[in-house]
Amino acid sequence: MADQAEFADLAMPFMSGLYAAALRMTRNPADAEDLVQETYLRAFRGFGGFREGTNLKAWLYKILTNTYINIYRAKKRRPDEQTLDELEDFSLYRRIGGLEAVAADRSPETEVLESIPEESIKQAIEDLPEQFRMAVLLADVEGFSYKEIAEIMDVPIGTVMSRLHRGRKQLQRRLWDLALERGLVPSGSVPAGK
Amino acid sequence: MDCDHAYLRVYHYLDGEMTVWKRRAIKRHLDDCPPCAQGFDFEIEIRRVVAVCCTEEAPAALRHRIGQALGLE
Repeated sequence: MADQAEFADLAMPFMSGLYAAALRMTRNPADAEDLVQETYLRAFRGFGGFREGTNLKAWLYKILTNTYINIYRAKKRRPDEQTLDELEDFSLYRRIGGLEAVAADRSPETEVLESIPEESIKQAIEDLPEQFRMAVLLADVEGFSYKEIAEIMDVPIGTVMSRLHRGRKQLQRRLWDLALERGLVPSGSVPAGK
Repeated sequence: MDCDHAYLRVYHYLDGEMTVWKRRAIKRHLDDCPPCAQGFDFEIEIRRVVAVCCTEEAPAALRHRIGQALGLE
């Protein structure tokens, strides 16, 4: 088929990004690989209907997201939406602010952030409720616009903004907890209440 | 524009999802308010760290597998 080479040229460069997203969604490499492979097969089958000039990257991520939801989430309920109200306005910056800088030339906030190991940060991202995790990944890692994320996740833009806001706040909250656990900030500064 | 007002819009601002006029108003506030400017910078820093942590290389075996499945090799 003549399409094959064209599809490969256009779609293959996105594989590492898709794999990274798949890994954060499925949280394990074997499932992530299967998910990416299935995404490419579905995309290839649908490539005939793909219109020139539309956003191929967003289209691939939409297929990835749908495939993930259909296959990996099929048995699960939707436990995600209710967990977050108490975290809305958490700001890591404001929380750390006021602590004394460890090194004079860097802010204490950056110091704390850079002291958290990469594996822990990955874990914090993977611990986010699924809908928030996906919104944060699509925006902050892949750089999609609100409109593109709305199309990928098939929700209104307002929902995208809310998921992003809540996902980012919850991530900051989790990073704060990690900093506390590792003694990077004094335990006396435990936030009172929620 | 006060600090709370600016902070409420930090994500819209950093996401580039804002009209030029609102953007300018925030920018003016950040120019005048170092604490807010630092807070915004910290949000950028968090994003950078998240993006770095979430960057992966697709395994060669996967590339090969997909290439084969698509009949490319």
